[in-house]
Amino acid sequence: MLGYYVDLAIRSLKRSPGLTLLMILAVGFGVAASMTTYSVFRAVSGDPIPWKSSQLYVPQIEMWGPKGHGGDGDNGDPPDAMDYTDAIALMRDHRAKYQSAMYMISPSLVPAQAGKHPINVGGHAVYNEFFPMTDAPFQYGSGWSAAEDEQRAAVAVISDKINQKLFGGANSVGKTINVDSKDYRVVGVLKPWNPQPRFYDVSNTGGFTTNDEDLFIPFLRGIDVGMANSGNTNCVETPTQSGFKGLQESSCIWMSYMVQLDDASAAKAYKSYLDGYAQEQQHAGRFSWAPNNRLRNLPQWLDAEHVVPTDTEISLLVAIGLLVVCLVNTAGLLLAKFLRRSNEIGVRRALGAPRAAIYAQFLVEAAMVGFSGGVLGLLLTGIGIHSVSWVLPKDIASLARLDRPLLLLTLLVAVVATVLAGVYPTFRAARVQPAWQLKSN
Amino acid sequence: MQIKPILAAMRHHKAGALLVGFQIALTLAIICNALFIIQARIARVERPSGVDESRVFVIENNWADKSSYQTIGAQIGADLIALRQLGSVEDASSTNSFPLHGAGWDNYVKMRPDQIHMTTDSSVYLSDDHTLNALGVTLIAGRNFTANEVQAAQLEEGKSWPVIIISKDLAKLLFPGGDAVGKTIYVTNTNTPSTVIGVTDTLQSHMMDGDSGSFAYNAILVPVRQLSSYVYYVVRARPGQLAAAMRDAPKALFAQSRMRIIDPKDGVMSFAQVRAKAYERDYGMAILMGIVSAVLLAITAAGIVGLTSFWVGQRRRQIGIRRALGATRTDILSYFLTENMMIGVCGVVVGTLLAIGINLWMVTRFAMAHLSITYVLTAAIILLLLGQGAVLAPALRASRVPPVEATRPV
Repeated sequence: MLGYYVDLAIRSLKRSPGLTLLMILAVGFGVAASMTTYSVFRAVSGDPIPWKSSQLYVPQIEMWGPKGHGGDGDNGDPPDAMDYTDAIALMRDHRAKYQSAMYMISPSLVPAQAGKHPINVGGHAVYNEFFPMTDAPFQYGSGWSAAEDEQRAAVAVISDKINQKLFGGANSVGKTINVDSKDYRVVGVLKPWNPQPRFYDVSNTGGFTTNDEDLFIPFLRGIDVGMANSGNTNCVETPTQSGFKGLQESSCIWMSYMVQLDDASAAKAYKSYLDGYAQEQQHAGRFSWAPNNRLRNLPQWLDAEHVVPTDTEISLLVAIGLLVVCLVNTAGLLLAKFLRRSNEIGVRRALGAPRAAIYAQFLVEAAMVGFSGGVLGLLLTGIGIHSVSWVLPKDIASLARLDRPLLLLTLLVAVVATVLAGVYPTFRAARVQPAWQLKSN
Repeated sequence: MQIKPILAAMRHHKAGALLVGFQIALTLAIICNALFIIQARIARVERPSGVDESRVFVIENNWADKSSYQTIGAQIGADLIALRQLGSVEDASSTNSFPLHGAGWDNYVKMRPDQIHMTTDSSVYLSDDHTLNALGVTLIAGRNFTANEVQAAQLEEGKSWPVIIISKDLAKLLFPGGDAVGKTIYVTNTNTPSTVIGVTDTLQSHMMDGDSGSFAYNAILVPVRQLSSYVYYVVRARPGQLAAAMRDAPKALFAQSRMRIIDPKDGVMSFAQVRAKAYERDYGMAILMGIVSAVLLAITAAGIVGLTSFWVGQRRRQIGIRRALGATRTDILSYFLTENMMIGVCGVVVGTLLAIGINLWMVTRFAMAHLSITYVLTAAIILLLLGQGAVLAPALRASRVPPVEATRPV
């Protein structure tokens, strides 16, 4: 029976090619617009590390007190980054399964070959537990050890890109690189790794970034050699001493901090540890205010930091609005098309076709329009995703992809939406009175 | 034109008329808001920066050897002399940031040292006595820095700034009564006052986030040469020599010393490029909303053409009868135009309510501004005209139905 309806639908659609084309175009454009913006939205609201995002937490400590509050948009949250004193204290206590304080560095790398210019690289100074915590994928070697952290060893983990540039992609573990005029031994080479949003350092990147992570060195090593922080520095008081040393002794915030806690009870224990720590500081007279700490897991943290750009949300909503208009349009055209065939329906009904048969016939026709619109929409979505970098910033546009789930979703949305748009016209078609139609002829 | 027969006829195709009306309403609601977004973005993009943009460019210079801040200070001095000696360059200055840059420093501004909450927030541009000329910004009151007021300092040093120059808008905000020159404000946390020695004409902040809107024209120039791992050189070319200066400047710097990194791709940016990058999102959003609006209008117009064509086809016989009874072609034409206008007006009324509703929701959800009625009116007129235009072709076809149609069976 379905084959017969498909045949009928093709005949009917062929009979008025203009109208059919109009419907297919409307569905195609509507679906393409919403799917293109959805692909961008999906990319920016996605979970960068879905398998363990609920186990990664960002602690926030109130180290500024009332001075850090007031002003526009203050919601009572403590600062979203860490000062040196508290970061080091939390690292020393070592209460989570994995933890790492980190700060952004941007040293220069001097290639060994003569004649090559020094290059500027971006990266982070981190603790050894950073690598297992973030599941950073290694191509060669591994991270460094806790002992090497303590020894402030001159070791480095480099990105695949830098490994290509300096060593032609060969296994460079054990080789030496020159960072800010000092020699570092390469202990690990990462696979291409570019998590977006940059979940371990949202406060510096704002989430999405086109900057590369080329180099990781031990945190304490970075501090020891005075490798400057290249990320944000926020202060409520001017450091009493000058230079990098002064920054370390100040209450300025310039570090990100992440911990891994495997279950809810561990998270609870960690939160009470944080509060205990703040109370201790209060008793010691360093804080003159009650503890005000937060411990958010990664999804909550990304939400609190407003990582998804507002523009992306607005575009998605507008595109969905466009899709709705396209469907209302299709509903109107289908209605016209179906009712024009009242005679045909009358004849079919008079010859014994039940209402259900009329429903099936016209919904099949609607579905076929939807499917054709979906195929066109797919094509347009492909074009849309390729040209989205033309209207959106690169850091976000480059994340939009047309993959299989999106492909299927596009077709599904097109068919389901068009069938829904066809429900009312079909209902009207099925109510055609056979006797009245036959008589009026 | 008689409305009554149109209403009577419409009762026979309620659903179609409702769908067209609804489509017009939705289109109107979306287009008003899209136009509003476009206009807001264009207004944002067109704000002046205060910089002499057609002649200014910026060089991002990173030091390859960061071991000694003393040598960096001397190197910046030598670089600036080399840049200023170029024939194509009018003036050059070193800074930590510049208008539209996005990244930079902002400090809280207080009027008294014991104030807990800030009066306002402002960009801090580390400057020297050449900065105003290099940016092409004029002083409207007071004086410029002198060469010996410029001190060298590291990024994190908490030095006090005895003399500062502030932008016009910051001056107006802090001293609504008038003359700011000679007054003191607190812009460091060292509790030492800074004396305002000059006020510039309009000068934009480096901050580009949406939420810094009220601080957008707050800028403070302090006479400090920054000793850190990077420095920006702001260079103003002589009239008509921007391209030559952009070519000469990096060469002159590398001739000074090779121990520096200037990104070959975007290490040297004209101010036009700085502006394009700063407003990338706004341009993108405006274009996207423009495309969506155009597609929407096209689809709505096509839908009206499609449905009206169907109605005309359905009523050929009735049209024939009316023609046979003496109706002129113009009568038939105006029948369809009026019918469309009635549906359009209903749609526009509903759409206006919807548009305002959507806008109110967006105001609370995305902190957008309130929609002004001009946009609703503009969009309403566009849609009504669009409807009339779309209905014209099928209506003309209807008017050409001959009276003899009345005698033919359907």
